[in-house]
Amino acid sequence: MNSVILHTATRLLMSLILMFSVYIMFRGHNEPGGGFIGGLIAASAIVLYSAAFGATWARQALRVPSMSIAGCGLFFAAISGVFSAFAGSPFLTGLWWIPHLNIEVHLALSTPLLFDIGVYLVVIGAIVTIALEMEEAED
Amino acid sequence: MNWLLVWPILIPVLTAALCLLAWNAPGLQRTLSFLGTFVLLIGDLYLFAGVWEGGVQSVQMGEWPAPYGITIVADTLSATLVVLTALIGLGVAVFALGDIGVERETTGFHPLFHALLTGVGGAFMTGDIFNLYVWFEVMVIASFGLMALGCERAQIDGGVKYVILNLIATTVLLVAIGLLYGVTGTLNMADLAQVVPQHAEQGRLIVIAALFLLAFGMKAAVFPLYFWLPASYHTPPAAVSAIFAALLTKVGVYAMIRTFTLIFTVGQAYTYSAILAVGVLTMLIGVLGAIAQNDVRRVLSFNLVSGIGFILIGLGLGTVLGLAGAIYYTVHHIVVMSGLFLVAGVAQRVAHAQGLDALGGLYRSQPLVAVLFFIVAMSLAGVPPLSGFWPKVILVQASLEAEAYIVAAAALVTGLLTLYSMSKIWSLAFWRAKPEVAPQAAPGILDPGPLGAGRKAVLLTPVALLAVLTLAIGLFAQPLLSISERAAVALMAPDAYITTVLDEEG
Repeated sequence: MNSVILHTATRLLMSLILMFSVYIMFRGHNEPGGGFIGGLIAASAIVLYSAAFGATWARQALRVPSMSIAGCGLFFAAISGVFSAFAGSPFLTGLWWIPHLNIEVHLALSTPLLFDIGVYLVVIGAIVTIALEMEEAED
Repeated sequence: MNWLLVWPILIPVLTAALCLLAWNAPGLQRTLSFLGTFVLLIGDLYLFAGVWEGGVQSVQMGEWPAPYGITIVADTLSATLVVLTALIGLGVAVFALGDIGVERETTGFHPLFHALLTGVGGAFMTGDIFNLYVWFEVMVIASFGLMALGCERAQIDGGVKYVILNLIATTVLLVAIGLLYGVTGTLNMADLAQVVPQHAEQGRLIVIAALFLLAFGMKAAVFPLYFWLPASYHTPPAAVSAIFAALLTKVGVYAMIRTFTLIFTVGQAYTYSAILAVGVLTMLIGVLGAIAQNDVRRVLSFNLVSGIGFILIGLGLGTVLGLAGAIYYTVHHIVVMSGLFLVAGVAQRVAHAQGLDALGGLYRSQPLVAVLFFIVAMSLAGVPPLSGFWPKVILVQASLEAEAYIVAAAALVTGLLTLYSMSKIWSLAFWRAKPEVAPQAAPGILDPGPLGAGRKAVLLTPVALLAVLTLAIGLFAQPLLSISERAAVALMAPDAYITTVLDEEG
């Protein structure tokens, strides 16, 4: 769509939406949010970009095939269950690692977090693939 | 052992993920696909060896104890079936190297193929009935993709029927699971096996059992809900229809065997006679349909339906011998059906024709294809000493012992008619001279370019291995027979299964 207002607003909004999506994803462990809804928000940013500049430019901005993003997410999600092998526990057992960083805030890293990041990426990849295909089918 | 139990799920899902990552590199996807199925087969063989030596094995996902968490269980039946899944997966992965064009590979053939294997492996391994539904969904969604991949007119036509019927079936299954949970309050299959027989409301449970029978029956393509299968299985490429024919209906049959021996032991007089009647009708209608068809793969689709009937009568008889026959027949049918669909695909490609009226003269021009077809086709027909003979003997014997003379007679008639339908393909497509004025072949899937010697070797190697396998389990029937018997005994007395799942420490 050839509109100066949309182009300018998209550049501004896209980074905000993407940051918000990451925030929602991390928030999801203890509060409403999570990988699925975060992924939907991030996908909406890319769909907005393709509405403003066209699907070709959206694909270029992604740099990798959108299905590969989904593949990366699926890999993270599957591999997050494998870490428990090192702890001698069954598949998908949640493991936590809280490094001491000499700061006030605790950083809690865990395999459920990795799983959630995987979900986030799968949702982005799948939704963006569908949306861009439909956008191109219209042309 | 612990980790080998998730092998049939974990390896295909990782392979699918890696194939997605290599989206733009079909060459790399092919290598990954082959390696993935190979590693899967090795692990599954170890799993089978472990189950054979040590009995039923189980593991609780994420250390959530049964019956609250999801349990993965392997007994003899499921271990045998995952080994076969990996074996057929490997064969089809090799066949696909020569059969699937690059345009299907760049639109996701390999990831979908491994997603399908994930769903099948998960359905065989899970010990939780809701999780079973989830694996059904994984399998069905992947198969929708594979069915439609390539977007040819015939594929979309077949795909729509396939999708609608399968969606109805999974919805019925979900409703049935919801009702079962509402009545019993548990979803773990081992726990259900303890709760269901002591439940006060036996009438409700029998109704729910009938719903399960309906849902799994649609999945397994039994009479009268089989029509989606012959309407769709001949449309995708040969590799896809072979993996569908080998595995998808068998998952429905497996689910039926598992639930009706483990959980729904109430009202067996009613459910088993229903299964028996459905089995007999499926057998007969399937083979009669096969005789009437023209397209080679449609003939095979109807024979596939007919084979499901054989497996069901083994279950419906409700004896150890019958179940052993059913399991033996399942193994035989998986091997033979995938072999037949693959070799039919090769024959249709070299002849550039789909229908029996247009095929001919293949014995002269393609002797190797003809010999391979002959072996697997006669095996399906049950000609001794090939692999189809023994399970039919066992099933007929089991029905005579159970004094179900009509069932025995129907099995024998079906065997004879199967031989007729296989001979029909043999004499029309291979034996007679090629017809002078061949009807115009449908364009599309049959023409991914000329078939060079190297590519033909890639296509024929897995077919040859499957043919050798059916010869082997026919000539040396004893090992498979003892596997089937042990699986059947364990199914009829599932105490080991229940205690292994529920008493597992952490």
